[in-house]
Amino acid sequence: MKELIETISYYFHFPFVWYALIVGVLIALTASILGVTLVLKRYSTIGDGLSHVAFGALSVAAIVGLTNEMLLAMPITILAAILLMKSGQNAKIKGDAQLAMISVGAIAIGYLLINIFPTSSNITADVCSTLFGSISILTLSSTEVIICVVLSVVVLLFFILFYNKIFSITFDENFSKATGINTSFYNYLLAIIIAIVIVLAMNLVGSLLISALIVFPALSAMRVFKSFKSVIISSAIISIFSSIFGILSSILFSTPVGPTIVVVDILIFIIFFIVGLFNTQQTKVKV
Amino acid sequence: MTQLSCDNLSIGYETGIVVKDLSFSIDSGDYLAIVGENGTGKSTLIKTILGLIKPIKGEIKMDESLKRNGIGYLPQQTIVQKDFPASVFEIVLSGFASINGFRPFYTKEEKEIAKANINKMGLSGYEKYPYKELSGGQMQRVLLSRALCSTTKILLLDEPVSGLDPIVTQEMYELINNLNKEGITIIMISHDVKEAVKYANKILHIGNKVFFGTKTEYLNSDFGKIFIDGGK
Repeated sequence: MKELIETISYYFHFPFVWYALIVGVLIALTASILGVTLVLKRYSTIGDGLSHVAFGALSVAAIVGLTNEMLLAMPITILAAILLMKSGQNAKIKGDAQLAMISVGAIAIGYLLINIFPTSSNITADVCSTLFGSISILTLSSTEVIICVVLSVVVLLFFILFYNKIFSITFDENFSKATGINTSFYNYLLAIIIAIVIVLAMNLVGSLLISALIVFPALSAMRVFKSFKSVIISSAIISIFSSIFGILSSILFSTPVGPTIVVVDILIFIIFFIVGLFNTQQTKVKV
Repeated sequence: MTQLSCDNLSIGYETGIVVKDLSFSIDSGDYLAIVGENGTGKSTLIKTILGLIKPIKGEIKMDESLKRNGIGYLPQQTIVQKDFPASVFEIVLSGFASINGFRPFYTKEEKEIAKANINKMGLSGYEKYPYKELSGGQMQRVLLSRALCSTTKILLLDEPVSGLDPIVTQEMYELINNLNKEGITIIMISHDVKEAVKYANKILHIGNKVFFGTKTEYLNSDFGKIFIDGGK
């Protein structure tokens, strides 16, 4: 145990570990908060679909030779998010199929383009790191950290300022619209924010595992907590904890960062699931 | 005072007209029951009045004061809501979400009104209770409390008793009736003609033929007789 602590404190001398932790915590925080809304709106797969779009866009950016690939990936992902939101709640099945189409299409085109116009000698490794998250979180530059901090603050501000509206729209879109809330404005804003978080999160866990960051903390929290506010707060705490824990263990045991975080999330879900079983039994008795 | 009226209104979706040539008007304090069989366009009409769908032809004229103070709406429950993590108080307070513009928090006054509405609906002590663990009737009363937060003038109710057992159904009708006595205009959709007619003072019947008039006119018309007797 003493050895473990010494190793960890040794690693903390390196700025890259701090960078990874800062970015990791911020992404975990923003993704989990948005996750609650997305899961409740039955949009939990949107993260997966959009991350594939972002993958496609990143491939194109790499081929074109953009130095900052985010410049292309961000607007394209935002556009896709807006299109998906537009298909909206009233056409559920259509929206679902649309998501599947865009998601599979983008990933296929992305992979195809990378193969036709290889940018490096090791395509498989490149694709693998974009999909599953690479060690890239440990090689973040200070600029990337700053971008991440700024965007996360924007996302958090959005959420705090519009918390009541977001609750109202998530719980009952028709009521909100009927009583005069500009629901489409907030839905588009939400779509943009989701796209931003996803492109950011690709650094951390990679394209395929983004859904996990969005879905797991929210679902774990909902097992145990019953009010919206408590679900949001606990989901944020769960996500931050698993992110820190995952990053540190991946450094200690040299495992890939993304999957390690997701495994921690899964374990927490199992624990909360069991706790939730006892909890519902209790409230039933109380009634 | 006429609160809401329309003349030769046609409503429906892009796929086609659902009801055409609707004309009716509602005064403040009225209790209008919109009746008719399933699929005749009752919900479509409510949604058009609320501005959720645009009318195909004609327009709905609304009193200016309604536009400012908003409308209370009790929608049909969705599957999403039945499993939604929220406390009773959170949901009722959200009735104010549209009123407070860009102010991010609810005021003390709004919180007090929300509490008062919860008490009025017979749910005192349930503020912190999880919504999804309530009974169907209690859920409806929570949503009614929320609707009361967004209006003091007019309530639109879309099948408020669907899925409730007979006793709870009666309680719900009584609650709505009491609100009407306090001066709130009620527009209620129901497929249970007999029950709806008991409390309403005006009837709008949508179907192959459209009828609009007072309750007495409806009961005396051939049209109403068929439906009331048909139910026996």
